[in-house]
Amino acid sequence: MADQIPLSMTVNGQTRRGLGEARLTLADFLREQAHCTGVHLGCEHGVCGSCTVLMDGEAVRSCLLFAVQADGAGITTVEGLAPDDETLHPVQEAFRDCHGLQCGFCTPGFVVSVAAFLEANPDPSDEEIRHGISGNLCRCTGYQGIVAATRQAAAVMKGSGQS
Amino acid sequence: MKPAPFEYHAPETVADVVGLLAEHGDDAKPLAGGQSLVPLLAMRLTRFEHIVDLNRVDELFGVSLDNGGISIGAMTRQAAVETDTAVADRVPLLHLATPHIGHFQIRNRGTIGGSIAHADPASEYPAVMLALDGVAEIASASGFREAPAAEFFESTFMTAVAPDELLVALRFSAWDQPAGFAFDEIARRSGDFALAGAAVGIGTDAAGRINRAAVGMLGVGPTPLRASSVEAALMGLATSDADPAEIGRLAAEDMDPIGDVHASVEYRRRAGSTLVGRVLANALAQVNTEAGNG
Ligand SMILES: Cc1cc2nc3c(=O)[nH]c(=O)nc-3n(C[C@H](O)[C@H](O)[C@H](O)COP(=O)(O)OP(=O)(O)OC[C@H]3O[C@@H](n4cnc5c(N)ncnc54)[C@H](O)[C@@H]3O)c2cc1C
Ligand code: FES
Ligand code: FES
Repeated sequence: MADQIPLSMTVNGQTRRGLGEARLTLADFLREQAHCTGVHLGCEHGVCGSCTVLMDGEAVRSCLLFAVQADGAGITTVEGLAPDDETLHPVQEAFRDCHGLQCGFCTPGFVVSVAAFLEANPDPSDEEIRHGISGNLCRCTGYQGIVAATRQAAAVMKGSGQS
Repeated sequence: MKPAPFEYHAPETVADVVGLLAEHGDDAKPLAGGQSLVPLLAMRLTRFEHIVDLNRVDELFGVSLDNGGISIGAMTRQAAVETDTAVADRVPLLHLATPHIGHFQIRNRGTIGGSIAHADPASEYPAVMLALDGVAEIASASGFREAPAAEFFESTFMTAVAPDELLVALRFSAWDQPAGFAFDEIARRSGDFALAGAAVGIGTDAAGRINRAAVGMLGVGPTPLRASSVEAALMGLATSDADPAEIGRLAAEDMDPIGDVHASVEYRRRAGSTLVGRVLANALAQVNTEAGNG
């Protein structure tokens, strides 16, 4: 059996330790060892965006990183976006309000991506929104609800001064 | 889809990287942003005994000013190239091309060195490097060498960088004359690899005559290509006399496209040369405003 490498990273504010082969992806570590099953795996080769997480604040594909590369990093998954169990993040709330999801498989990747996108572009045009969500695929909604949700979240986040 | 097992190395200096590459030869592969290599490993289109991660090699990151031009470390993320003001100022084509690479999540990890070393013929940076006569700085256990863009892209996915070598930095010189730059491409969906794309730089003398023309193309051959017929036709013309649509059509002769499910040979030639004409028109318009303002 290949060597097991000790791993340690901060996931949604908590230190998570684990053990894995070098080839263990960050996505599999997060799902199987940190129990963040909101990290969805659609394609496992970088195309669909459903595995998107924040690594040190930046949206990345967790299927294209090895867990050992994230050793020492701070990871935020969809589970870590909301401030507490009672409150949704404005992007989550907007997806619910605007029918930004149907089956929900793509949703965690979209929510994390849109949160990062709005952080960098607090006041996007519709064209910028479409460009911004182009890295995430949805097979259900036809995207209209997702664009509307992004628009609503932008307005709410700007209004509340939350960024 | 899981990669085959490998031994992971995380060196912190270029000297250690090239030491590992010398020791393991063909069995070792540098890992940059992983946005091309990890999919290939996951699909098991390729496998390596040793993966040499470059992400902890600090000296490979960052943009520095170099003799009026710039030098960009191989591990500089595409996202950092996109927002760097020295790049926008001195090498506008790199700045203009970057947003066309994949999606922002890809650019957060993907690196300029990875794009150039991977040498996908449909990739943006290789075409820009070729158009601008960029220079690759390459290291190995036996020392440093340089390779000009014209000798760098050998064939599809094949470059002048040998398995025991490391691409360290890319150098670009700034254009010290009135100039205009433009980049565009045709892709089915935002972020997809381009069916065809063009990177154009036009420089003039003080009287507004074209004395430098750089036209790079992507997606229309086994490697990035220069549209030398277009460049030759532009030389010596006053910018106001150049008919971009007409001159752009000459690009069809410089292409060597393949047909696939995305587009036929004929479509790539026609759409590609029309695109060259449009991008040329944009670059010419830039020169005119520059001259008008200056
Ligand atoms: C969904 C998606 C869409 C994409 N769309 C585009 C697009 O539109 N245009 C585009 O250009 N790219 C696109 N890409 C690819 C992306 O730009 C890659 O980041 C890039 O091709 C490779 O850079 P990397 O840093 O990720 O390199 P890696 O994937 O880590 O490496 C790629 C290859 O280069 C070698 N290598 C890397 N760095 C060095 C070095 N310093 N010295 C020697 N060898 C080295 C590696 O060994 C490997 O063979 C896309 C990727 C994805 C997943
Ligand atoms: S599972 Fe990572 S991008 Fe599809
Ligand atoms: S809601 Fe089903 S894939 Fe997007």
